[in-house]
Amino acid sequence: MESTIINVLLVLMAAAVVALERLRNLFAVVVLFTIYSFLMATVLVALDAVDVAMTEASVGAGISTVLLLAALSLCGSEEAKSRRGTWLPLALACACGLLLVYGTFGLPAFSDPQAPIHTHVARHYLERGLAETGVPNIVTAVLASYRGYDTLGETVVIFTAGAGVIALLRRRRGGEGGR
Amino acid sequence: MTLASHFSYFATIFLMVAGLYIVIARGNLIKKLVGLSIFQTSVYLLYIAPGKLIGGTAPIIAEGFKVYSNPLPHVLILTAIVVGVATIALGLALVVRIREAYDSIEEDEILARDEPDGDAGAR
Amino acid sequence: MKSFLILRVVAKLLIPFVLLFALYVQFHGEYGPGGGFQAGVILAAGVIFYALIYGLADARRIAPEWFVELLLAAGVLVYAGVGLAGILLGGNFLDYFVLASDPVSGQVRGIILVEAGVGMTVCGVMLKIFYMFAARGMPQR
Repeated sequence: MESTIINVLLVLMAAAVVALERLRNLFAVVVLFTIYSFLMATVLVALDAVDVAMTEASVGAGISTVLLLAALSLCGSEEAKSRRGTWLPLALACACGLLLVYGTFGLPAFSDPQAPIHTHVARHYLERGLAETGVPNIVTAVLASYRGYDTLGETVVIFTAGAGVIALLRRRRGGEGGR
Repeated sequence: MTLASHFSYFATIFLMVAGLYIVIARGNLIKKLVGLSIFQTSVYLLYIAPGKLIGGTAPIIAEGFKVYSNPLPHVLILTAIVVGVATIALGLALVVRIREAYDSIEEDEILARDEPDGDAGAR
Repeated sequence: MKSFLILRVVAKLLIPFVLLFALYVQFHGEYGPGGGFQAGVILAAGVIFYALIYGLADARRIAPEWFVELLLAAGVLVYAGVGLAGILLGGNFLDYFVLASDPVSGQVRGIILVEAGVGMTVCGVMLKIFYMFAARGMPQR
């Protein structure tokens, strides 16, 4: 039953992406992207990744939509008719896809308890996490305590993105043009 | 190996390839960024789907639950989501500046404007 | 959009709950789903909602530009400060067990502080990026 729900949601996401690729009105493209993000958040809840689902729903479907619509209002919302041929990119994308499918033949089946992913550090975190850090949410414990360096690096990355947007979109005093 | 056991991988690959196709085949800069974002979100699926155990629950320790899904991919993907939105924000800021300098966000028109003059094309 | 009565009333009813929910997600990130990232984004979304309905000038009055810039820098400094506190109190960088008398409550204290730092930076960055995009479209004063 769970697998069926997940598979149906994945098919809906694929349909949203195919429709997104066909449309030329960019406002509709952004709305379809928001729908895709919400479907991704639902799939993540079905996959028991509740922290990630909350982040994807708020960041992917919330903030990304606001930023895309703000950029759209500054830039113009219709895509020009494509004059270039689409056969070469389609062939290239399909070749990549077939290579990746060949690569997944060696991967473990869906929901296999003997998969290597479950046998190394993850078991230690699940068994000893509450006793060592005192925090029941293991994802927060790993994020903030066991892998705290990575989170420090990520915070600096977000800060750098903010600094970059400030540098790009700041208006200087005294009449600057497109500089 | 059957379709049922590997369906999540195939769906992930389809989304990845669709995102890649949008990036390389479309000329509009904003649509390219949306395709890039679709590519990034499909990678989240690639990491989290193998960690799921049917009959398990979210990795929050509570009474009465024995089987938990793997918390390690969740941590990596939390970082990846926020870095993804940072990338999109910077990309959109660049698109806004390009639009102000070249008056268009179509790749063909921007390249054509650069060709005859040889200078930066800014007004 | 200030002239639409329904939007104004609904915004006034919803925004306090959005901000409260952001605080709940921040502090209950250890006991349920949540944490710094989600809370920062939800807080920024509440303020962006206010800015969409009531205008950028009103939003700048409740969350001024200097405050948002301060917030986004202060979050990183809090995180790095917790790391340095670990060194000063005798352990290595980002050691939490030296922050309190027994190791487990030191870990809890460290995790709360670190998540607060992350939440501040994320909220500041999202708000600042929105302000920059929104101000770019307005004619220069």
